[in-house]
Amino acid sequence: MRTIRRDPPVRSDPAPSRAAYRVTRLWLSPFFRFCVKVVLPVLVLLGVAGTWALNSVHRDGVLHWAQDLRGSIAERPEFVMRQMIISGAVPELSREIREKMPVKFPVSWFDLDTDELRAVVLSFDAVEDASVTLDLNGAVRVRVEQRVPVVLWRNHGGLELLDITGHRVALIDRRDGRADLPLITGDGADHAVAEALAILVAAEPVAHRLRGLTRQGARRWDVVLDQDQRIQLPEEKPVAALERMLALQDARDILGRDVALIDLRRPGRETVRLREDALAYLNTMRAFEQGLSTQ
Amino acid sequence: MTGLYQSQRAMRQMRQAAIQRGVVAILDIGSSKVTCLILRFDGEESGPSEGIGAMAGQSRFRIIGAATTRARGVSFGELDVIREGERAIRTVVQAAQKMAETRVDHVIVSMAGARPRSYGLVGAVDLGGAPVTDHDIARVLASCDIPDIGEGRAVLHAQPVNFALDHRSGLSDPRGQVGNQLTTDMHLLSVEDRCIRDLLHCVNRCDLELAGIASAPYVAGISSLVEDEQKIGAVCIDMGGGTTSLSIFLRNHMIYADTVRIGGLHVTQDISRGLGIPMAMAERIKTVHGGLTATGRDDREMIKLRSETGDWEHDSREISRSELIGIMRPRVEEILEEVRMRLDAAGFEHLPSQKIVLTGGASQVPGLAQMASRILGQQVRLGRPLRVLGLPQAATGPGFASAVGLCLLAAHPQDEWWDFADPSMVRGPQSLRRMVRWFKENW
Repeated sequence: MRTIRRDPPVRSDPAPSRAAYRVTRLWLSPFFRFCVKVVLPVLVLLGVAGTWALNSVHRDGVLHWAQDLRGSIAERPEFVMRQMIISGAVPELSREIREKMPVKFPVSWFDLDTDELRAVVLSFDAVEDASVTLDLNGAVRVRVEQRVPVVLWRNHGGLELLDITGHRVALIDRRDGRADLPLITGDGADHAVAEALAILVAAEPVAHRLRGLTRQGARRWDVVLDQDQRIQLPEEKPVAALERMLALQDARDILGRDVALIDLRRPGRETVRLREDALAYLNTMRAFEQGLSTQ
Repeated sequence: MTGLYQSQRAMRQMRQAAIQRGVVAILDIGSSKVTCLILRFDGEESGPSEGIGAMAGQSRFRIIGAATTRARGVSFGELDVIREGERAIRTVVQAAQKMAETRVDHVIVSMAGARPRSYGLVGAVDLGGAPVTDHDIARVLASCDIPDIGEGRAVLHAQPVNFALDHRSGLSDPRGQVGNQLTTDMHLLSVEDRCIRDLLHCVNRCDLELAGIASAPYVAGISSLVEDEQKIGAVCIDMGGGTTSLSIFLRNHMIYADTVRIGGLHVTQDISRGLGIPMAMAERIKTVHGGLTATGRDDREMIKLRSETGDWEHDSREISRSELIGIMRPRVEEILEEVRMRLDAAGFEHLPSQKIVLTGGASQVPGLAQMASRILGQQVRLGRPLRVLGLPQAATGPGFASAVGLCLLAAHPQDEWWDFADPSMVRGPQSLRRMVRWFKENW
């Protein structure tokens, strides 16, 4: 006897159903695939994160955690700033900068804003330019470029030191404090410091008699000499006018005479004002000459 | 004819769109199996080539997906049961898509059945000594007398196969040449309209767009005949499951196609009936032990027949291989005789070359070449399709000749009548003039 061996039943037709076929084709289309594989997960993640963050307790927890993390990094010894190095400033200025800097050492590298510190340094009159850098060895390095005072300016408030651009460098209480610098006065004198310096260079021959320069009406200069003598310079080309006058001085010693004022304001029409004694003497002389001529 | 013209043009445009997208599916619907190949077009044209070039346009495309399934609902190369055919297409397209990992929307289909009929048309047009232009070619094609192809039939191919200019014949491209009279020979292949409509319905139900239809004997000839055979003249006999189709090629063009509605499945049927065994078993015996020439050794080679009736005597029979050959031989002879008749009717003996190439799944029977050379003619060889890039090893057999040929045709389509502008539709200047006249009269 042998058992009748039957073949396995005929396999069902493997044709896909219409729906399965369509789903397969849909899945194979690139746009749909991108949507499902990229867009959908991103949306779901965003949705879950958003729902979670709607609860303020969760949000605060995350914020605290982030702050703690930042603090723990900021407090590491590698990032602690312990000193300030100021270069290029005189001791008084650096002392003042130190006092005014809104930094309390030790401080973390992360809590310092170099732009803000630089603005503080630049707010000093005596500072022309500055740079603030944070060195990772624990020092705030401030490089200062100081303004150079070139003149003293006496104005209504007192006595100021000015640099070549007319910017205030410092206040000074005594003229003797910087006797080496020339003196200028008058309103608006700080706007024409460069011109004043040029005039002072030109006035070198009479330097021993020079008291200072005065700005008149914020537009032109007067040269003030001792013995109450005064030279009025024009608005235009004051240096050239002064040089012509000094040539006259060389030839005729005009300043050595009894003259109160030399007016150079109008080129080609220079005028001299005599003092009273000289004027009386001149009148007497003229009357005498007139008397002689009438007799 | 205008409706056909437009639908064929629409298919051409669809094909262009598919090639621009870069992926197109090839669907060969046969009586025994349905094959789908997915082509990816990339790379540049390897120089201009006429017909099938040396490289056969293979550098332009690559097969990235291939699948074959047994045919359902197809008989004699025609869709018989629409739903079943649709299921077969779905199965094979889905499997090929899975292999290609891409989605295809356009499909080019070939089918063997639908009773193709060939017509040779002649058209002539007067040129008046001017150079031939595209428009003249369209005119000469339109001047062909369309024969009465019968009720319920449609034109599948209409290919200009020859141009003649004032007694100078054999021109493949007369454009730019000067002459007085331009004549053309056109080969027109008509099939049953019903089959095309069923096919279209089926493909549309699978969410696919039909980008072209080709006749299976034509594409089998493209892939199985080598270049010289196509040029000098040869006949390709594609022995399929439900039909045996033949196509005659001359000067790189198909000039005749016909179908014999007997195929390998009928051989199987004979075996099944003659021996009283199921079709699947008969198919297996045919492919494993089949043959056409009996020798003395075949009397001693016994084949076990197994069946499931429960009758021990019936279930444990044995036959000799000679008996099997005795069943198969008359049917194959009948097929070849029928082919012989069709060839005689077509006037094959007048062709300069009598080359015969056998291809298709049923041509793998041992001894077929000898039998064919006795019935058809001396110059018989067995043909296999060309090698194309990316074709799986399993799909390189002669059974895939039409699928491979369809790939080649998709890459290098033959000029058809509808590739040229229809002169009846080109009336630009005239309608413009009419519009101008209308304006003048009314304003």
